[in-house]
Amino acid sequence: MDAFPTEIVRFELDGKTIEALPGESILQAAQRTGSEIPHLCYKAGYRPDGNCRACVVEIDGERVLAPSCCRNPKEGMQVNSQSERALHSQKMVVELLLSDMPEQGKSPYTQRSELDIWAEKLGVVQPRFAGRQQPVQDISHPAISVQLDACIQCTRCVRACREVQVNDVIGYANRGDHSTIVFDLNDPLGVSTCVACGECVQACPTGALMPSDNVGLEVSDKTVASSCPYCGVGCLLTYDVKDNRILRVEGREGPANKSRLCVKGRYGFDYVHHPDRLTQPQIRCEGVPKTVELLNPSDFDKVFRPASWEEALEVAASGLKRIRDEQGPQALAGFGCAKGSNEEAYLLQKLVRTGFGNNNIDHCTRLCHASSVVALLEGIGSGAVSNPFTDVEDAEVIMVVGSNTPVNHPVAATFFKNAAQAGKDLILIDPRRIDLARYASYSLQFNPDTDVALFNALMHTIVEEGLCNEEYLAKYTEGFDALKENLKDYSPEGMAKVCGIPAETLREVARRYATAKSSIIFWGMGVSQHIHGTDNARCLIALALMTGQIGRPGTGLHPLRGQNNVQGASDMGLIPMVFPDYKPVGDPTAKHFFEKLWGTTLDPNPGLTVVEITEEIHKRNIKGLYIMGENPAMSDPNLNHTREALARLEHFVIQDIFPTETAGFADVILPTSAFPEKTGTFTNTNRQVQLGRQALEPPGDSRQDWWIIQEMAKRLGLSWNYRGVPDVFEEIRKATPSMAGITWDRLEQDHSVTYPCENEGDPGDPVIFTDGFPTPSGRGKFVPAKFSQAAELPNEEFPYVFITGRQLEHWHTGSMTRRAGVLDAIEPLPIVSVNPSDLGQLGVDAGTTLTVQSRRGKLTAFARGDHGVPEGNVYMSFAYNEAAANLITTDRLDPFGKIPEFKFCAVKLSAGGDPAPRLV
Amino acid sequence: MLALDTQKEIAQLLSRYPIKRNALLPILHVVQKGNEGYLTPELLEEVAGICEVSQTHVEGVISFYTMYKLEKPGKFHLQVCTCVPCCLVGGEELLEHVEQQLDTHAGHTADDGVFSVEEVECLGACSYAPAVIINEDYHEQMNPEKLDRLMDELRTQGQAHA
Ligand code: SF4
Ligand code: SF4
Ligand code: FES
Ligand code: FES
Repeated sequence: MDAFPTEIVRFELDGKTIEALPGESILQAAQRTGSEIPHLCYKAGYRPDGNCRACVVEIDGERVLAPSCCRNPKEGMQVNSQSERALHSQKMVVELLLSDMPEQGKSPYTQRSELDIWAEKLGVVQPRFAGRQQPVQDISHPAISVQLDACIQCTRCVRACREVQVNDVIGYANRGDHSTIVFDLNDPLGVSTCVACGECVQACPTGALMPSDNVGLEVSDKTVASSCPYCGVGCLLTYDVKDNRILRVEGREGPANKSRLCVKGRYGFDYVHHPDRLTQPQIRCEGVPKTVELLNPSDFDKVFRPASWEEALEVAASGLKRIRDEQGPQALAGFGCAKGSNEEAYLLQKLVRTGFGNNNIDHCTRLCHASSVVALLEGIGSGAVSNPFTDVEDAEVIMVVGSNTPVNHPVAATFFKNAAQAGKDLILIDPRRIDLARYASYSLQFNPDTDVALFNALMHTIVEEGLCNEEYLAKYTEGFDALKENLKDYSPEGMAKVCGIPAETLREVARRYATAKSSIIFWGMGVSQHIHGTDNARCLIALALMTGQIGRPGTGLHPLRGQNNVQGASDMGLIPMVFPDYKPVGDPTAKHFFEKLWGTTLDPNPGLTVVEITEEIHKRNIKGLYIMGENPAMSDPNLNHTREALARLEHFVIQDIFPTETAGFADVILPTSAFPEKTGTFTNTNRQVQLGRQALEPPGDSRQDWWIIQEMAKRLGLSWNYRGVPDVFEEIRKATPSMAGITWDRLEQDHSVTYPCENEGDPGDPVIFTDGFPTPSGRGKFVPAKFSQAAELPNEEFPYVFITGRQLEHWHTGSMTRRAGVLDAIEPLPIVSVNPSDLGQLGVDAGTTLTVQSRRGKLTAFARGDHGVPEGNVYMSFAYNEAAANLITTDRLDPFGKIPEFKFCAVKLSAGGDPAPRLV
Repeated sequence: MLALDTQKEIAQLLSRYPIKRNALLPILHVVQKGNEGYLTPELLEEVAGICEVSQTHVEGVISFYTMYKLEKPGKFHLQVCTCVPCCLVGGEELLEHVEQQLDTHAGHTADDGVFSVEEVECLGACSYAPAVIINEDYHEQMNPEKLDRLMDELRTQGQAHA
């Protein structure tokens, strides 16, 4: 083996002297300096495997040819990739592989077969050898078709599946000339454990693995560099477009995804072409009553009539204006959406603050990380993450709390798995045993609801065993004594029974976290969606502060943000108590600043949050509501109550792409553009501001959201005159100092810029809090938390705990993903996951129906046995309108974050029942 | 489900391997032995769980080594070598002949359950090629006639025992 080179090496390639950067192979150096060497099994970003030998070169003084993809050059080496011997060998490899292709010719599955490209370049036409018998096609999977007759056994898919995304489904079986690619135990792909991330499809050079819809041979008329519309990971991707339709999606090099995607980003795009798309404004027909029942889309025409934009906007605005002028500004409210862009969020909050005249503006962050943000603002003065999740590379210990990352942030999870495979300690803290557990050093399946007990026990250990970072405590924190006092009551030995984790394990985990060179904490909704969600988050913050595990690469606090733009929507002030950039509405300086910027007077009183607004509507104090994109008739807790409230609205305007469950309650529906039909900036969980670019024209007479909001503003008497999205972005730079340095041009060029970026040209800071915190004292504050219990504990009548969450294939209320062909095909039915032993006790077979009932509502769904769900608990996603999980949940709120307790309520279960009819 | 005896044997094996995945090969042997000489997808899934490896890893292993079986083997298991030296002196023809005689394909068990046949790589008996192993015994410099005689004998034996 060559010694691994650590500095730049100069060597000769085909008579030309070139330089190789540290670690570069001959092939990589050649590619970077503009030379071509054939290669098939090598793929940039993947471990070189050296199995195909298409890349061989002749090295002076060496007896045998060398594979250039896995050979590092040496100083002064003379390499020849074009010599007769090298070329002969390269061609032979290509010819042999070609002889095994269907019809011994071009790949019949893709236009872009790399084998065909190299055959053409090397002038290999008709192979001289006979082909072998070839396997038949496997079309058992909704997303991916498998045609191994075009497989050249380069094993790029194996590396994709096992080393990059670490799903461990694809393998290489048999031996010699029987070697073949297999899924699991040689299963058809459709019944294997494949999660359809499609990394293998993207990796396959010949079309042996392809998207199932047979689009490989279609030529796109444009490709558009954009980002994914789903989760907060913020993967960058490329749309291939033909005739105003998306043909396919590929991962693109981005700071958060390194070309990776998950099933939603890659295969979940066709919702935009769904026939349910709203293409014309709609006005509720005179006299059609509003009831709590959901509107069946087939009755849509009986309730709504199409209207012109002029009429619809007029009716929409005049209704709101009338309520504002007759009943006062406080009778109006607005819900924004974390799926919209920064520009849309900014405009909407401005519309409410300057047009409605109050601060009653909120969005779904209230339902996901509101408690985390409150705790972060209180403790360390900033609600954003301290480090990007890709920092796991620099971490020794990775703690993941209450987050089923492979489901909710799939691509982030791939980096966690990479880190675990590289030997880092992954510590999971979750009542459910999730798929990540296979890679974890510790998996603490603690009793639901006992978070504070568990975290305090960890901290107790750290204090008792003298593992605090005293230097850090003295320099950067305050209030430690109060915390210490509080921790006295929480010894691991005392808490073991409460949280169900042995004391020694708690101690080990505490020691490991505290003493590692760098430890990072990630958390999800399992932490935040409790009535003690803020307390939960306070504990995690305290844990990081007392050990000084923050402010350096590979450390810190990272609440994984859910929606693609929940970070941005919050930054833009789509929150009732703060203006853009988290400036409190009651702060006179901030108020003055925004009054000047917006040229109007502003309400100094914080507005109401999502669930509070619903309550006020119910009490008929709020009478007019404007919604952009949200779907409270599915997403909010205690749906029967929420839907009752929506039906009580005097005037309700919604702007959406689909007739959602909520749209059925509206008076005016304004049809808008889907993600690929507009341009805007989106801020992911890593604080990376990224561009989503328009790839398609909106269908029919639907319009872009920013235009609609501006038209509404004009009709509410505001003189707005933005000419387009970049204009809005310019204003955002003024309103948000931490983004002031980001220019539209730079976004166009770089696609992604991290904030804080205060001055033009700043690189942007991925790691913050390196020297204290943006709090008044500059120090991080400890806030002690006492163990308290959920709002509704199980009892004899309602003995089970109901936990809500998500599934990999379905996004939130399912309005997009249930209209995406592949995603719907993979998970078409409402599923409730139960421990098999509970199923046995209930006498329910997996796959049959189960009825769930709480004090508030009832639903019937199909039972799925899941060993990961602890006994006594049931788990369900809230995407299904025929079995809406939020009919069951409680609307009791965390007192600080005002977030509902989606993760815990008491239910009873009974075998059988019929799910309601599906409404999409 | 694994038989109780098998479970005990596995536990014993695991106690000797600090890293579970390293015990995969011996565990597979024990499981196969405990299940009439072959492995089923259910058993493999269980083994994958026990050794904390993916199913596809297990598939790679059992399909690489010819000693692991997915079909109940015959009373007499023939391993016919078709590696280069054997192939040069009739190994492939020998295999074809057996397949014809038994009306089955390499990797399978004939209908009567007496014989199963398998194509294997070099058996280390190249100097006496072509080579065949039946159960544990080597038979060298074989040809179709010799093999037929041998199999006739074994069949009578096998049926007599049955
Ligand atoms: S399926 Fe594609 S990626 Fe996988 S080994 Fe075959 S050619 Fe390579
Ligand atoms: S991980 Fe998130 S951002 Fe990336 S492709 Fe999947 S849903 Fe989209
Ligand atoms: S590309 Fe180098 S061996 Fe395949
Ligand atoms: S080649 Fe047949 S025994 Fe070696």
